[in-house]
Amino acid sequence: MKEPDRNEQTMVVDSEALRHLLEEIRGVYGYDFTEYAEASVKRRVGRFAELRQINSLEQLRELLLHDEASLENFIQEVSVTVTEMFRDPDFYLALRMAVVKRLATYPFLRVWVAGCATGEEVYSAAIMLEEADLLRRSVIYATDINQKSMQTAREGIYPIAAMKSYTSNYLKSGGSREFSTYYKAKYGSVIFNKDLKKNLIFYPHNLVVDRSFNEFHLILCRNVLIYFKQALQNRVIGLFHESLCTFGILALGSKESLLFTDKRKNFQEIARKEKIYMKVK
Amino acid sequence: MSERGKYAGIFIGSSAGGLAALSAIFSQLPEIFSLPIVVVQHRAKGNRDLLEEILAGKSALRIEQASEKEAIRAGCIYLAPPDYHLLIEEDMTFSLSSAEPVVHSRPSIDVLFESAALALGRRLVGVVLTGASPDGSKGITAIRRSGGLTVVQDPEEAEYAAMPRAAIATGNVDKILPVQGIAEFLRGLHA
Repeated sequence: MKEPDRNEQTMVVDSEALRHLLEEIRGVYGYDFTEYAEASVKRRVGRFAELRQINSLEQLRELLLHDEASLENFIQEVSVTVTEMFRDPDFYLALRMAVVKRLATYPFLRVWVAGCATGEEVYSAAIMLEEADLLRRSVIYATDINQKSMQTAREGIYPIAAMKSYTSNYLKSGGSREFSTYYKAKYGSVIFNKDLKKNLIFYPHNLVVDRSFNEFHLILCRNVLIYFKQALQNRVIGLFHESLCTFGILALGSKESLLFTDKRKNFQEIARKEKIYMKVK
Repeated sequence: MSERGKYAGIFIGSSAGGLAALSAIFSQLPEIFSLPIVVVQHRAKGNRDLLEEILAGKSALRIEQASEKEAIRAGCIYLAPPDYHLLIEEDMTFSLSSAEPVVHSRPSIDVLFESAALALGRRLVGVVLTGASPDGSKGITAIRRSGGLTVVQDPEEAEYAAMPRAAIATGNVDKILPVQGIAEFLRGLHA
């Protein structure tokens, strides 16, 4: 999206008024941002307002509570959807080295990519499993609250301009094939192969309010928890714990950890720096 | 009037040439310092750049990479991790974000400064040092508008003048000082 004009004044978002607005949004639409870390929400709300030339929280409130289409765009803005393929190549390398062999012992695999945004990490995981010859006996559940992003994820269409850095990430992550064999380029975009999509299931799930819906062998949830306050982080880790089989694997973002959560003793570190954990009890 | 005790934090943004400027400032701060210092130095993602380790060798103060949800402590210098924005919460803890880069930068100085201004109101000092980017000028404006104090490195002596110049051009800068002067000024804030 376009950068706001640098001379424009960003709307100052008052904490109390913002909390009130988020409560109202929760009441009317069921989307709950009240336990998101505030500094980032304020920034995203300010940016949303700025791009639409909204000057007050009151004006924003009017728009969001009376126009559901604007609310969808608001959710798009507030839930950060920035991601990339094979983000942090060292993480995927560690996953290939330390986890894939373990996964290969299961007759079939259920994988959950929680907070999949536009899906780049879903396809990264699918490619990784494909190269271990595990994709054909895997189902990858990819979930997000953001329907619009998930539509992009489902289509698997990305700008061709991104492929250079994705290819470099892929190679650093231990990828051994020609990355371009996984997609077809067309009109400035690439579309990922049908074979990769066969075992992907996309559907809406809200980590804040929804329950566990299956038992998984691997859960990837990277750079989602950083946007949550501590109490919510703790609950979501509880949800993941409940959703993993014993010896199931949980992978978090490079700056996230289980350190401050109740379930930290139920997990064993598999790769410390890469934030890969195994449920042991 | 004394500036002592007025502030709850010092926020520094630096880019190209920043390592030398930060080293010069941090080497002159005392072992016991009553304020936290939070720094965004533009840095490349991936490759270990040893920024924390190098700066730790120059300073008597403790130097750490900021972690999310960590409580910000006085007398500590925190650096934003590569590839994440660093934000300040009202309860004086850190948040991280992997939202899109701002002015091509992640971490971004504007993001740190704007969130710090919202969290601390008038109780902060913002400092922009050498760099070849316009990052930080929006943040300087936010700090000034919230009532905080803004300091910029003298572009005449800065290794890269563009970033200090952009900050000064906003008209929202209280002090323009050479690195030596910035170090002395910050030392004077110890309460």
